[in-house]
Amino acid sequence: MPAKGYVEIDKEVCKGCNLCVLNCPTKCLALNTTDTNSHGLHYAYQADEEKCIACMNCSVMCPDAAITVYKKTE
Amino acid sequence: MKTGYEKIYERPDTLLSTRMHYCPGCMHAIVHKLIAELIDEMKLQEKTVGVCPVGCSVFAYDYIDIDWQEAAHGRAAALATAIKRMLPDRLVFSYQGDGDLAAIGTAETIHACNRGEQFTFIFINNAIYGMTGGQMAPTTLEGMKTTTSPYGRLAKTAGMPLKMCELVSQFDGVAFAQRVSCNNPANVRRTKKAIQRAFEIQQQGLGTTFVEVVSNCPSNWKCTPEVSLQKVKEEMLPYFPLGVYKEPRS
Repeated sequence: MPAKGYVEIDKEVCKGCNLCVLNCPTKCLALNTTDTNSHGLHYAYQADEEKCIACMNCSVMCPDAAITVYKKTE
Repeated sequence: MKTGYEKIYERPDTLLSTRMHYCPGCMHAIVHKLIAELIDEMKLQEKTVGVCPVGCSVFAYDYIDIDWQEAAHGRAAALATAIKRMLPDRLVFSYQGDGDLAAIGTAETIHACNRGEQFTFIFINNAIYGMTGGQMAPTTLEGMKTTTSPYGRLAKTAGMPLKMCELVSQFDGVAFAQRVSCNNPANVRRTKKAIQRAFEIQQQGLGTTFVEVVSNCPSNWKCTPEVSLQKVKEEMLPYFPLGVYKEPRS
């Protein structure tokens, strides 16, 4: 199934609380446990872009408003 | 942006780019974001005055780009009363935690509600004193371990947790009281609607509006953000039931 949307996560704003990963219904987000941002925190990233349905659950839950959501136009 | 895609959500303009000091997973930041989104959507950035409390949210004025006034500990309701009476065309809200609103500021809160002052309380109830290091608050659950109740809160000596929403909904001056939470996306969306309704009722001048957000404190509950959300659902919400406690008389 082609992607209905995708998200961009500002890794410098992300604190790695994992709330977006937990609330993603299609499990397309993941926490990067091998790399850290400049604050020394793990950050979330979109691991599987094909699964994103642009439901905005991640951006609704994100405490630090680090997530921008894009939806396919047609 | 990729071609063929449109932006459906981005960080609200009213939320400044300052990095928030809140711990990872703290619901204070979610509520800040919702307030910023609402102020953007209602186009009230130039007409809103917030009152910050003492507590974890003491730096709220650094994060949301509106007019703010810092209150002495617990006196946010008194200050908000003064602001609203001097500037009745402004949207005024106080943003308070449980230590501020339900402990040191109980008298101010209750009397402002009783007088029916035309501003909105946004009350963040996380059952603990967050900033000072996890002491027992009036809303701490029975049996919950804190630094000042290491064997758990005892109802015999400390009483039962205060239910502020039920308390203030008894006053005639209160037009709207609702308890919400932010433990899952559906509840976050409900929280946004509740705050929006409170702001609209305030603009209609119907009375005091009160929104209680059942929140978490991963650092002082000594758990991960994931476990803190489970604790909100399993421990907090049975004692603090969600719902609308007061609606304006039509």
